[in-house]
Amino acid sequence: MAAAALGCGGGWRRAWRRGLGGLVPVPIPALVHVAVPVPIPACRPPRVVARNAGGGAVPAGKSGLAPWVPVVGLEIHAQISSNSKLFSGSQVQFAAPPNSLVSFFDASLPGTLPVGAFLACFSLSQCLQMRLGMAFVRTHRYTWALAEKVLNRRCVEAAVMTGLALNCSINKKSLFDRKHYFYADLPAGYQITQQRVPIAVNGSLSYSLCIDNKMSQMVTKTVRIKQIQLEQDSGKSLHDDSRSQTLVDLNRAGVGLMEVVMEPDMCCGEEAAAAVRELQLILQTLGSSQAIMAEGQLRVDANVSVHHPGEPYGVRTEVKNINSIRFLAKAIDYEIQRQIEELENGGTILNETRAFDSKLGCTVPMRDKEGMQDYRFMPEPNLPPLILYDTKSLPANVNHQQVVNIDWIHERLPDLPSAKRAKLVELYGILPEHSFTLVNEDGLTEFFENVLKQTQMKPKKVIGWILNDLLSYLKQHSCTVKESPVSSVLLADLLNLLEKKEISASAAKQVFEELWKGEGKTPLEIVKEKQLQLIEDREELEQICQAVIDEHEKEVMAIKAGNQKIVNKLIGLVQRATQGRSNPVLVKQILEKKLSE
Amino acid sequence: MLRASLRQVSAALKEGQVTPTELCQRCLSLIKSTKLLNAYITVAEETALKQAEESEKRYRRGQPLGILDGIPIAVKDNFNTAGIETTCASNMLKGYIPPYNATVVQKLQDQGAVLLGKTNLDEFAMGSGSTDGVFGPVRNPWSYSRQYKEKSVPKSDSEREEFKWVITGGSSGGSAAAVSSFTCFAALGSDTGGSTRNPAAHCGVVGLKPTYGLISRHGLIPLVNSMDVPGILTRCVDDAAVVLGSLAGHDPKDSTTIQDVFQPFELPSLPDVSKLCIGIPKEYNAPGLSSEILSVWSKAADLFKNAGAKVIEVSLPHTHYSIVCYHVLCTAEVASNMARFDGLEYGHRSDVNKSTESMYAATRREGFNDVVRGRILSGNYFLLKQNYENYFVKAQKVRRLIANDFVKVFGSGVDILLTPTTLNDAVPYMEFIKEDNRTRSTQDDILTQAANMAGLPAINVPTALSERGLPVGLQFIGRSFQEKQLLTVAKWFEKQVKFPMIQLEEVKGA
Repeated sequence: MAAAALGCGGGWRRAWRRGLGGLVPVPIPALVHVAVPVPIPACRPPRVVARNAGGGAVPAGKSGLAPWVPVVGLEIHAQISSNSKLFSGSQVQFAAPPNSLVSFFDASLPGTLPVGAFLACFSLSQCLQMRLGMAFVRTHRYTWALAEKVLNRRCVEAAVMTGLALNCSINKKSLFDRKHYFYADLPAGYQITQQRVPIAVNGSLSYSLCIDNKMSQMVTKTVRIKQIQLEQDSGKSLHDDSRSQTLVDLNRAGVGLMEVVMEPDMCCGEEAAAAVRELQLILQTLGSSQAIMAEGQLRVDANVSVHHPGEPYGVRTEVKNINSIRFLAKAIDYEIQRQIEELENGGTILNETRAFDSKLGCTVPMRDKEGMQDYRFMPEPNLPPLILYDTKSLPANVNHQQVVNIDWIHERLPDLPSAKRAKLVELYGILPEHSFTLVNEDGLTEFFENVLKQTQMKPKKVIGWILNDLLSYLKQHSCTVKESPVSSVLLADLLNLLEKKEISASAAKQVFEELWKGEGKTPLEIVKEKQLQLIEDREELEQICQAVIDEHEKEVMAIKAGNQKIVNKLIGLVQRATQGRSNPVLVKQILEKKLSE
Repeated sequence: MLRASLRQVSAALKEGQVTPTELCQRCLSLIKSTKLLNAYITVAEETALKQAEESEKRYRRGQPLGILDGIPIAVKDNFNTAGIETTCASNMLKGYIPPYNATVVQKLQDQGAVLLGKTNLDEFAMGSGSTDGVFGPVRNPWSYSRQYKEKSVPKSDSEREEFKWVITGGSSGGSAAAVSSFTCFAALGSDTGGSTRNPAAHCGVVGLKPTYGLISRHGLIPLVNSMDVPGILTRCVDDAAVVLGSLAGHDPKDSTTIQDVFQPFELPSLPDVSKLCIGIPKEYNAPGLSSEILSVWSKAADLFKNAGAKVIEVSLPHTHYSIVCYHVLCTAEVASNMARFDGLEYGHRSDVNKSTESMYAATRREGFNDVVRGRILSGNYFLLKQNYENYFVKAQKVRRLIANDFVKVFGSGVDILLTPTTLNDAVPYMEFIKEDNRTRSTQDDILTQAANMAGLPAINVPTALSERGLPVGLQFIGRSFQEKQLLTVAKWFEKQVKFPMIQLEEVKGA
């Protein structure tokens, strides 16, 4: 393990003055904390689950009589995109050197307090003082951020924004609680969260998905949002099994999180995946979280159970360790199938936490989470309530830098993905399902609009090139839009050649293939080099047509007998003969004229 | 010189009658000769002399930082002191050297005070005797006073003197003993249920618990966050006002401190109490209150009456529930606050390394004493999902009722409440330890912790000597943030009672 290479000398622990020396090692017994796959019988390939019209999975029971209804709820942790932590002035940065972004408070040194001058005052005073100053002292190898700062205003605003975007009611007064559990990367032994009165409640999220993978059959569904709570992130544990130790990095400890709790309104992996993708788009649009799952900025836990219709919900399991949307769908579908099979074989479902093993494609019990957890929630005594205002309740003479005004944030919300889609449909006359793909693929809308700016081709035609050609090349090569070797300028140039009838559609496809190689040639250069321009000379074209007619007597006979469809075959043959350089309309004209002679 | 008040010695420093270094050295040598008291856990001799030297330079330049410049002070060992070991009298933090100063420590140093050392306490301030720390019990300096010896230690007694030494009360017993034995001019304590006022009463010094939120808790290793207040121990009320003035005010590092700017005040030299209404809460005539203290209390009431004040009996009807309520809230917060001591980032770590969990368990078992572990256990019990409503939530409601009792009384026109601070004078150590910590705390906190529940300011003023020659103190409780009025009354009372100075003889074991 790379982290183990950092010094963890003997004297690192006694006193802070000696510094932590890289990561903090914690002894572990072999394999504790590490979810170990149980080989049998947990890992069977998941059975295909039949889908009902609504897109939900309702597999029939073995008996064929009582169908199973899967129920899926999600808990999503989104790391707030912010320069500093929730209750301390430490910086937030992905992949910084271990334990380099840790304040005394983040490390839970005795006597430190979370600070929230941004919260309501405990006192008689109406005036909120906000200290934005941040001082750094260097202690040995550590840059300690003094806990001078306030509860991060940015974090509060991000949560309010997200709550508004998810149609939540924002609580003007919310409270902080302590949630207790022992874990090596939770230095205080508790996490500050919002259990009793969170910042936002009772919202909803609409998302769309297609049935049976057919773009033309999209359905829109809604999942209720129970609440959004502000809370602290934990540090990171790295388990080094060969040395039986765990290394702790506290850089992430105390970073602001939004926990979004979705009600169990979903019934299969695909629905959950679509809901999470929509949430991810919303967060990214708002800028409240970068929401990159691979970097842990968006973490999804799924609660899964199955039951028969009309009966109470079954015992649920919680599936963790899911680090992509694709795996989310897989993990949930696997878990649904596992529970159904378990129950049909006369077994029972345990209320347990399971981890998804992406390599094996199955879920396995997490050993260290066994047993009942009682988090012993308690009000956080060091933080007064978090008070937000709207324009109506805003006190007079208050400095706007010192309060969060919900209405002000509401007025400045950017266009959400759903609005963006509607605008695309309205503006360009494209189909709703096309707008869906445009918005859901990172950067594709921008690409599409950039092409439009530089071409005379109609949007309806351009979208075909974007979705059929560009996207399938991207998918084939696992590229993002940004990585595409064919830029919007090049594609626009190409489409202009097509639009001006200088090349045929099939020639354009050849040019596109050349462009994908990324050799720096322009479409026009490729056309010239490969001589793909349309044959202008009518005589030349007539000769080629005549040759095709002469060689295909049978077809000519059939056409003359009245089967006009065969003409298309001849057109295709002419196209082949000209290597796509003929104008199909012109070819048809010539052929029809010759055949009617 | 060492017996002077803080104001007097400050004047002497200014006039050059004594230098900060001389003063510091004298205190240090007295600390050495009274070592038996066990008032200090750590004596920071080197840094203290350095600070004194700096102070001396300022005086020589004629630019002292203020009244505290060059004044030797002591700090309870549950306040973080940068570079100086901070132990909470626990194995868990033995050898722990914090990288930062508590706000109150920083404020004292910024005003030139000289930090002599860290004073002894009950482990993590859990106790009322200063007997339950890992560094051993603190001895009350009055055990070695002529007053006590004359009355309670018959010369021909075959019983050894050693046997008869009395406790300081607690948990800030080290700070109280340090002030009482003249080793420093003021000391910081902490007060969660009476931990400053109780030892102040037993050691015959002034002990002030300010209003919750007036002084920053940042850097005070917490017992109960919603009740903890840094306490001030001095030899007279005026000195307490000086120290309060240097510590009070908003701290951005503690969200529970008031935002308003605090105006330091001087107390009138001839205080007048004739226009005041003094409330005598009848519930404070609690079971177990010694007749001696009862009589001191009623004499005090008479003093006010004779001075023209209105003295009325009042009722704080929920006082009886205070102890049980306190027990639930205190242990719950203790369970939570102690969770961070897991042996990973700092402090003691057990050698047991079979698994992380076994390491946690062994670390906490080796690091905490029975009292701390017992409170953690009860606290976790009260916070369990199935118990939370029945215990924690109920206790919070009761707390509200107790606080409302005070609101009503003060709303009815009462300015200050006058009560005893303790049920008895200090008991000999051998007697004290016959009962366990929990029973003792329950008895001893009974008259003091309601003020913590309500967040009110309260002060112990030494009043008289008991028949055994030991100090008896009375408590004044004031309105929130009305420290000036509270201290004014306390100063007037102090002038009336003329509490005798301790006649400290040689401190040595038999």
